[in-house]
Amino acid sequence: MKPSRLIGFALSIVVASGCFSQDMTSLVMKVKAKLDQVNDYEAEGKMKTDVAFIKAPIGKVKVYFKKPNRFRLKKDGGISLLPKGGVSVNMNTLITTSDFIALAAGESVVGGVKTKMVKLLPANENNDIVLTTLYIDEANLVVRKAITTTRENGTYEMEMSYGAYIQYGLPEKVIFSFNTKDYKLPKGITLEFDDNEKPLTDAEKLKNKKGRVEITYTSYSINKGIPDTVFK
Amino acid sequence: MWTLIQVELYKIFRRPRTYIAFAAITALIGIIQFGLKLDGDTYVDFMMRDINSSITVDGKILNGYQVCYIVLQVLLVHVPLLIALVAADMVSGEANMGTLRLMLTKPISRTRFLLAKFIAAMTYTILLLIWLAVLALFLNMVIFGTDDLFLMKSSYVVLLKKDDIFWRYVWAFGFAALAMTTVASLGFLFSLFAENSIGPIVATMSVIVFFTILSTLNIPVFNSIKPFLFTTHMIGWKEFFDIRVNESNEAIIGSIQNPWRIVQSALVLLLHIICFVGASVWVFRKKDILS
Amino acid sequence: MRDIVSVTGLTKQFDRLTAVEDLSFSVREGDVYGFLGQNGAGKSTTLRMLLTLIAPSAGKIHIFGEDIAVNRNKVLGKVGAVIEKPDVYKYLSAYENLQLFAKLSGCRANEKILMDQLAMVGLDARARDKVKTFSQGMKQRLGIAIALVHDPELIILDEPTNGLDPQGIADIRNLILYLSRERKKTVIVSSHLLSEIEQVATRVLIIDKGKKVIEGNASELFDPSQTIVEITTTNNERAFLLLQQSVWKEYLQPRAALSIRLKLDRKQITALHHSLVSMDIELESLQPRHSLEDYFLQVTSGNQHVDTYTGRTL
Repeated sequence: MKPSRLIGFALSIVVASGCFSQDMTSLVMKVKAKLDQVNDYEAEGKMKTDVAFIKAPIGKVKVYFKKPNRFRLKKDGGISLLPKGGVSVNMNTLITTSDFIALAAGESVVGGVKTKMVKLLPANENNDIVLTTLYIDEANLVVRKAITTTRENGTYEMEMSYGAYIQYGLPEKVIFSFNTKDYKLPKGITLEFDDNEKPLTDAEKLKNKKGRVEITYTSYSINKGIPDTVFK
Repeated sequence: MWTLIQVELYKIFRRPRTYIAFAAITALIGIIQFGLKLDGDTYVDFMMRDINSSITVDGKILNGYQVCYIVLQVLLVHVPLLIALVAADMVSGEANMGTLRLMLTKPISRTRFLLAKFIAAMTYTILLLIWLAVLALFLNMVIFGTDDLFLMKSSYVVLLKKDDIFWRYVWAFGFAALAMTTVASLGFLFSLFAENSIGPIVATMSVIVFFTILSTLNIPVFNSIKPFLFTTHMIGWKEFFDIRVNESNEAIIGSIQNPWRIVQSALVLLLHIICFVGASVWVFRKKDILS
Repeated sequence: MRDIVSVTGLTKQFDRLTAVEDLSFSVREGDVYGFLGQNGAGKSTTLRMLLTLIAPSAGKIHIFGEDIAVNRNKVLGKVGAVIEKPDVYKYLSAYENLQLFAKLSGCRANEKILMDQLAMVGLDARARDKVKTFSQGMKQRLGIAIALVHDPELIILDEPTNGLDPQGIADIRNLILYLSRERKKTVIVSSHLLSEIEQVATRVLIIDKGKKVIEGNASELFDPSQTIVEITTTNNERAFLLLQQSVWKEYLQPRAALSIRLKLDRKQITALHHSLVSMDIELESLQPRHSLEDYFLQVTSGNQHVDTYTGRTL
């Protein structure tokens, strides 16, 4: 391919995408506007961790959010184990600024609902998020699924289903999926003598390096004000 | 028999040496408690440095249950040495003192005499563990409070819920009692072959240190003999702190990952005890008392 | 009188060493049975076999008519013993030791009985003191109190006077006589010192190198009328010749290197002395000896023996 033609091809993509992006940005902005009704929330829910190297029971969690992007997941008493990255993100923090480029990427069905796929590119080069693909339910103006690629924490996926709080764009259930890093501790530290065979009932599970964290929210308390100390 | 056991226990608990182990455990746990109370956060940071890149752990990690686990992990390797101090002295000490021949001129069968001694040594072992439990578990529960227990295994981490832990400790201490009784029975067997206490005590300690090193070394050549070393099975108490998960990788409250492994280890230890005590009786019945 | 102890063909082999060889003897009811031999002669090994501390290689031991290999506990309930040093629990008091062993002997002794027992051996004032503060003699007496606490019929004392001062030795001697005469006990007492046995024993067994040398009534063996007189002169050779030609010829014992020995009645000593003077023999010493002691010295080499079971030189 000659250079002139290459440039021409590239330009045509930029122009074409620019046309679409206007359209998609408005959609994203609408979703954002819906989310923006919520200044803060405190939610209770149950968290299930499905990571190969973590054995934890279902635990009660409390989730706190405050604009613009403060988010905190706390176990309701006890100890919480969260795989690095991924989980500490919710939709409200994902679309915090208007400083992005939104590109249409077709349509898809998520959980039986028709959605528009939108690729979201942050304008800020230093943003940890490299790319987010949103699956937006146009009818309800909520995000059904989001795939985010970050610089530091790999790619993770969020799938959301909605219930009573759909008017605020707050999900009833969120499933985070992400790639887990290997975990290995020297025996000298754990003071174990025997070679521990892999602990899982299903050995196949280990080959699957995808981790999942599932949070089911039971109640939200929206815009009641949350002290900043919670986020420390 | 009861009179004999009473007499043996009376002798054990009238000797100053007996209390060395209790004092040592008290001091060690005291030091650990003091250190962790003072600088627990640093310890937790150090403990977590390897997994911090993979997991964020939030909450009161350093609670009473965690401290108890740390104490057991550290102490249960050394308690055998304290047990050897008394168990390996049971017969040799009397031979050394010269009281053995006096005891054996009494109308008591040698088998009963030896079994009474063994039961006394076992009682001492169990009392030592009860003392350990009082200090390491109950006292730490008071000092550090109770919460969930976060444990790092060599290839995964385990989170146990606060109210799913105590019963595990009860069983773990029970298992530890079995493991320590194995040590006591080994020391006991050795104590038959000497007329001073030092030899059998050192011999027992040496065997335990040697076997423990073999059990710990992760060298393929040694891996095949590990299942045959009783020291490998002595840490079986840790299995109580591993939980099973269901299909969706969710920990099942009140479950144990490898109950069979515990049963197997317990049986191996029990077999050792039977062999060591059996051998002791066999040797002792034929032994000429020359001390 | 029935036999309390009856031993036949008793042998104990330690590896290559035969500590006791084909030993037979019997102890009758009421005897103070003196068991005499050099250190390492096999006395302790034999007594330990009587007490089932050592298993015999061969031979039978019956005590109170019971085979001890079969009815050990039944027999030992009626036996009290002090074997060598009277070792007890040093971290316990005299009273606690006595109480403990009384329990093991199966007797329900109350405080009064125990204190009486301690009083008998003169330890009542020190009853509550830890044994580690006791002298050797006090330990020995405590050992005897322990041996007697269950009122045994047979008492075995192995070298009870070892390490004791003269007063201690006299105390033990008196105690043995008391036990025998007042309490009608049968006592087996061993020693390597003839003088001790001589003063208490009714019957005597001498062993050497694990074998029986002689067994008999003390009254015969210790017959005071018969004695060996040992004389040394300025010229033993000449004296010996002169005696050979005199009336004393029949009393002369085989020629010894440094002395001349005659076996005669004690009453004849004065006459012997007169004869020697009349024969112009210049006397350096004249020493009457017991025939048993002489015999003892003759048969037991007097050298130090190696302790047959521990290999220690005593």
